Amino acid sequence: MAIENRKVTVTVNGQERSAEVEPRKLLVHYLRDDLGLTGTHIGCDTSQCGACTITVNGDAVKSCTMLAVQADGAEIMTVEGLGTRNELHPMQQSFWEEHGLQCGYCTPGVMMAMIGLLKENPNPSEEEIREGMEGVICRCTGYQFIVSAVQKAAKIMAEANEKNDQKVAASQLVGEGNL
Amino acid sequence: MANAVGAPLKRKEDPRLLTGNGCFADDIQLPGMLHAVILRSPHAHAKIKKINVEEALKSPHVIAVYTGKDLEGKIGPVPSSWLVPDCNLKEAPQYPLAIDRVRYVGDGVALIIADDRYAARDALDLIDVEYEVLPAAVRQKEAMQKGAPLVHDDIENNIALHWKAGEVAEEIMENAEVVVQESFYVQRVFPSPIETRAAIGQYNPGSEELTLWCTSQNPHIHRMVLAGVLGISEAKLRVIAPDMGGGFGGKIGVYPDEALIGYAARDLGRPVKWIEQRSEHFTSSNAGRDEVIDVELAGNRDGTLTAIRVKNTANLGAYLSTMGPGVSTIDFGLMITGAYDIPHASCETFGVYTNTTPTDAYRGAGKPEATYQIERIIDLYAREIGMDPLELRKKNLVRKEAFPYTNAQGLVYDSGDYEKPLQKALEIVNYEQLRQEQEKLRKQGKLIGIGLSTYVELCGFGPSKVAGAIGFQGGVWENSTVRVHPSGKVTVYSGTSPHGQGHATTFGQIVADKLGVPMEDIELVFSDTKAISMSWGTYGSRSTAVGGAAVAIAADRVVEKAKKIAAHELEAAVEDITFENGVFQVKGVPGQQRTFQEIAKSANMAWNLPEGMEPSLEAQSFFDPENFVYPFGTHIAIVEVDKETGEIEWKRYVCVDDVGRVINPLTAEGQVHGGVAQGVGQALWEGAIYSKEGQLLSGTLMDYALPKARFFPHIESSFTETLSPVNPLGAKGVGETGTTASIPAVMNAVMDALKPYGVKDIEMPLTPEKVWRAIQNGEGN
Amino acid sequence: MIPVKFDYTHAETVDEAIKLLQESGGEGKLIAGGHSLLPLMKFRLTEPGVLIDISRIDQLKEVKKEGDRMIVGALMTHNEASKHPLIKEHVPLLADTVRQIGDLQVRNRGTIGGNIAHADPAADLPAAAVVLEAEVIVQGEDGEETMGIDSFIIGPLITMLPENSIVTGISFAIPPAHTKSVYLKYFHPASGYPVIGVAAVAGVGADGNIDYIRVGITGVGDIAFRAESVEQTLLGQKPSKALIQQAAKLAAEEGEMGSDLFASAEYRENLCRVYTERALSSILL
Repeated sequence: MAIENRKVTVTVNGQERSAEVEPRKLLVHYLRDDLGLTGTHIGCDTSQCGACTITVNGDAVKSCTMLAVQADGAEIMTVEGLGTRNELHPMQQSFWEEHGLQCGYCTPGVMMAMIGLLKENPNPSEEEIREGMEGVICRCTGYQFIVSAVQKAAKIMAEANEKNDQKVAASQLVGEGNL
Repeated sequence: MANAVGAPLKRKEDPRLLTGNGCFADDIQLPGMLHAVILRSPHAHAKIKKINVEEALKSPHVIAVYTGKDLEGKIGPVPSSWLVPDCNLKEAPQYPLAIDRVRYVGDGVALIIADDRYAARDALDLIDVEYEVLPAAVRQKEAMQKGAPLVHDDIENNIALHWKAGEVAEEIMENAEVVVQESFYVQRVFPSPIETRAAIGQYNPGSEELTLWCTSQNPHIHRMVLAGVLGISEAKLRVIAPDMGGGFGGKIGVYPDEALIGYAARDLGRPVKWIEQRSEHFTSSNAGRDEVIDVELAGNRDGTLTAIRVKNTANLGAYLSTMGPGVSTIDFGLMITGAYDIPHASCETFGVYTNTTPTDAYRGAGKPEATYQIERIIDLYAREIGMDPLELRKKNLVRKEAFPYTNAQGLVYDSGDYEKPLQKALEIVNYEQLRQEQEKLRKQGKLIGIGLSTYVELCGFGPSKVAGAIGFQGGVWENSTVRVHPSGKVTVYSGTSPHGQGHATTFGQIVADKLGVPMEDIELVFSDTKAISMSWGTYGSRSTAVGGAAVAIAADRVVEKAKKIAAHELEAAVEDITFENGVFQVKGVPGQQRTFQEIAKSANMAWNLPEGMEPSLEAQSFFDPENFVYPFGTHIAIVEVDKETGEIEWKRYVCVDDVGRVINPLTAEGQVHGGVAQGVGQALWEGAIYSKEGQLLSGTLMDYALPKARFFPHIESSFTETLSPVNPLGAKGVGETGTTASIPAVMNAVMDALKPYGVKDIEMPLTPEKVWRAIQNGEGN
Repeated sequence: MIPVKFDYTHAETVDEAIKLLQESGGEGKLIAGGHSLLPLMKFRLTEPGVLIDISRIDQLKEVKKEGDRMIVGALMTHNEASKHPLIKEHVPLLADTVRQIGDLQVRNRGTIGGNIAHADPAADLPAAAVVLEAEVIVQGEDGEETMGIDSFIIGPLITMLPENSIVTGISFAIPPAHTKSVYLKYFHPASGYPVIGVAAVAGVGADGNIDYIRVGITGVGDIAFRAESVEQTLLGQKPSKALIQQAAKLAAEEGEMGSDLFASAEYRENLCRVYTERALSSILL
C-alpha cells in the first residue's frame, strides 16, 4: 500500500511554513528536520521529559506526542519565537538572571511549558510552579532556580500586561475624548 | 574588569541557549547525511547463531548493514582507560559489535545505515537474529559463586579484579569495645542526561581526515582511544563535542557506538548520524554505582573510632568501561575513612563481570559510595553506643590543625576546617531545638528524622605521576592558551569540555580579573581537538581546580609579557610597572601609562618590542597539580515519614559546602542544587531493576523515576571558603559535592525517623512500600 | 520513537468517521488528542493501518447539562474540562480528577473520550467515572447507544466498544447539591499515573447522617471499581473518625490488587485503606 505524503502548513512563530511529510512524521521531527527549527529538543520516547514542549494554538503541548498532520493549520510557537538575543522574552531574561539553566537542553521545552502554565495561572505560587513542571524534567538544576526564574517572569509579565491594559485604557479614553 | 571572581555574574553561554541557538549533536545537518541505528541484543546472554540481513538490505533506503563478523579485523576492541594495577585485572575485549555472543541486553549486534531517519528505524525490524539463549549472571555476589554462568569463558568466577588497600590487624578488631557491622547496597542508577548520546562522523577522502562530533565529556580521550580502535592517526582524527545536554559521567566513556559511526562514515564516504533513543540509553549507556559494601567500624564506647574495614563487591557489567575499574577501587577504597581521623583502615574490592550494561563513573564516582558507607555506619555506631550522631562526628572529625592530613589509606587531604561548615549548618537548622521538637513530635506519633552528612571528597586528580601509578591510562594535567588579539580582545582555549557547568563564564571571570578586560571581550574555546592541543576533559570536579588554574597561569604569563612591553614603551624598569584594572602604570609617575589594549596592539604589530622578544601576545600553560583537592561540608536533611503509607515528606534541606575559592556563587550554587537532586534521586526514587534473566525492567522514563520539581523542598545552600594550597586559584571542586553528601544525609534522616521501630537499613531507593514494610516489621517486633 | 507507516485521514462529522472506519476494514483507528494511542505507536506496540482523525468534529467538544446528568463531549480536553464552569459547578469531582491527570501538556491534548475509550487500568478518570455513574455514549452503524461504564470497560485496555463505532460523549450523574467530593491520588514518581486514586462523593443529610456516598478506586488493579462495602458501611450513619476508619478497612474488598515494580498487591491494599480513609475524612469530617 503506497502511502502518500501530506502537505502540512502551519504558522510557526508568526510565519507560514509548509512541507510534505509522511503521515507518521512526529511534529517535533517536522519542526526540527523539515523546518530547521532545532531549538525544540527531544529527550525521551515516552512523553515524559517535556524537552519538546511548544505551544499549539497557545497551549503547551509535547511535540513528540503529536503528528505533524494533526498540526495542519495550527498556530505554533517554539523557543525561536519567544525573543531574540537582543530582546529576550521575560521568561528567557528571567531564566538568564536567575540561573535557571545549566546545559540548556531541556530549557526551551521548560520555558514553553511555563509559558503555558502562566497562561493558565498568571500568578502561580512556588508549589503551583513545581506542580506545573510535572511535564518536564531537568537533570541539571534541581529546579530551584527554574522556580525563581518562573516567579520573576510571572511578575514581569503581569506588570507588562497591566501597563498594556492601562495603555489600552488610556488610548481608549483619548479616543473617546476626540469624539 | 576587577573583582569578577567571586561575583554572581550571569552566564555568557545563556543567551544562545535561551533563544534556541544552541548547537547540540542532533542539530547538526550535513549534506548527504545518512542515519544510523544499532540493533541491540534483547537477551542478557546468548550465542548468536545467525544474522539474516537480506530483508533489510532490500529496503531502497538502506545503504549498508554491518554485523560483528563484517567488522572483524577492521576495527579493534574498545579498551578500558583505567587499568588499576596490582589487582589481577582481567580485561575482556569489547568489540564494537558482538561477534558470536551477546553479553548484556543492549549489546550491539548490527549497525544499519539508511538515507532517512524513519527508514533506518524501519530496517531495524527487518533484521532477523537467531539466538541461543544462555543463563545469565546478573547480581555480583551471585556471579562470583562457583558454577555461576561465565560472562567471559576464560575469566574464572567472573572476577575482573581483586584489589586491596590498607590493613587492619585482627587484634584491633578483636580488642575494640564496639564493632558495628552493616552491609549496604548502593544500587545501580542511570546518569540520564536529558540529551541522550549521539555521534556524527564525516570523512574527507581528500585530506583523509575523519571528523567525529560526539557527546563526550573528554574529546581528547575519545580521540586518543578511537584513533587506536579505528587505526587512524590522531593527526587525522578530529573529535568535537558540540553543545551537550548534560553528562554526569555517562558521557566520559568511549563507547563502541562512536567507533562504529566513525568507521561507517569512513567506509561509506558519507556523513553518518546516530542519535541514541531514551529507552536505548537505559541499556546501552554506562550506568553508575551498583556496589555491595560490607562495613565494620570499630572503636570504644566513648566514641573513639579506631578502625574501619570495608569490602566492596562491585558490578562492573559485561565489559570494563572507560573508567569503570577505578571507581570501586581507587576512588572508593582510599576514601573510606571520610572526614574522620580513624587510624586504621582497609578496603578489599572485588570487581565482577555480569550480564548487565557496564558501569562507569557517575557523578561522584566512588566518592558517593565511600561517603555513603562511612556516614551511614557512623550513625549506626552512634546508635549502638547511645550517642547523638552529631557528637560522634564532632569527636572524630579531622581537626583543623591536622592539615595537610594524611588519612589511613595514605591520601593527603590538602586543607580543611570541617567544624566551620558544620557549625554554620547547625546554626541554620538550630540543631538542639530541632532535636527537642523531634522528641516532642515523636511522642505525638509523628516520625520526624534528622540526617547529618559531614563529608569530604577527593577531586581534581593530580599529579599525573600519581595517575600513572594508579593505572589511569592518561594524564591529569590541563592545558590553556590565552591569545590576545591586536584589538585587545581575547580568545581563551581550554582543555576542559563543559556541558552545563558554565566554564565560559567562570573561566572568563578568571581572565577578566587577570587581564583587566571586560567579560564581553573574552571568548572561550573548548571541546575541539583541532583547536586545543591536548587535554583530559571534564569529570571528577576537576575543571576549575585544574583547568581553571591552567587558564589563570596562562593569563599571568600574558600579563608578564605585556608588562615587559609596557616597561619598554614607557622607558621604565619592569619592576617599576604596576598593572591594575587593565592599566600598566609607572609607579609614582601619573600619566605614564599604557592600557592593556595598547600593549596588545604593540605586541601584535611588533614595531617596537624589547630586544630579543618574540612578537604576539599569547601564552600557553600546562598545569599539573601537585595533589588532589578535597572539598568538604555538612548537609542536613529533615524529613517526616508517613507511618501509614511509608511516604517520605521533605521538611527541610540545608547544605553548607566548602569548595575552596568560589569563582561564581550563582553557578556554584546551581551545581550544589543539581548535585543534591541527583543524590536524593538515588536515595529515594531512582534504581535499576533487573529480572533474574538479566532483563532491565525499569528501562523507560515511565518506570525509572528521575526527580521532578514537585519532589523537592527549597534547598538552603551556602558556602564557607577554605582555600586549597594546590592550585593558584585556591579552588576545590563543586560538581559532585551535592550528590556525594546528600545520599547519606537523606538516608540517615529516614533511618532516624524510623529509629523507634529499630530500623537500621532499607535498601535504596526508599520506595514508600519498603519504608512501610520496615515499619510493619518494626511494629511486629 | 518512530511509529510504523500508516495512512491518515480525517473526519468532519461523526457519520463520516463511522464511514471511514467501515472502509478501513478493521485497519482504522480513531485519533483525537492521541495521548493514549501515539505513545503505544511510537513503541510499535500497536500498528494501525490508518488513523482517522476526529479532532475536528466540533460537535463533540460541547458540554451540556441535561436534567441530573452532565454530558461531556468526547473531544473535550482534560484541561478544558477542569476549567469548564458547568463541570466545576455541578460535577466538581470530574474537574478535580482531570486536573490531576498527567501534566499540563498532556491535559492540553488528552481528551475525556479518548481516556475512557483507551481503558488504561492506570488512568485517573475511571475512578470518577464509576463514582459519577458514567454512561458512555456510543454512535455506531446502527445509531446511538448508551453503555454503563461497568459494561463498557471490562478489562485493562479492553472495552465493549462495538466495531466501527465512536465514543461521542460521556454522561456523568450530577451528585446532589449538598454533597462534597474529592479525588486523592498517589502519583507514580516516574509515570505520573495513580499508584492509587480514590474518588469520593459524600453528603450528610439534615439528620446528621450520611445520605449519599460513592467511592471509586483506580490504579490498583486491572480496572477501576466502586468500593461498595465502604459505601454500605457509611450510608445512614453519622460520620465519625472511627466509622470512617472502620469503613476504609473494606476499601480493597471489591477490587483485585495488582503488583508491579513499584508496589505490591499487599501494599496497594494498604493504600486503598489509607487513601480512602483520608479522602473520606477530608469531605466528611
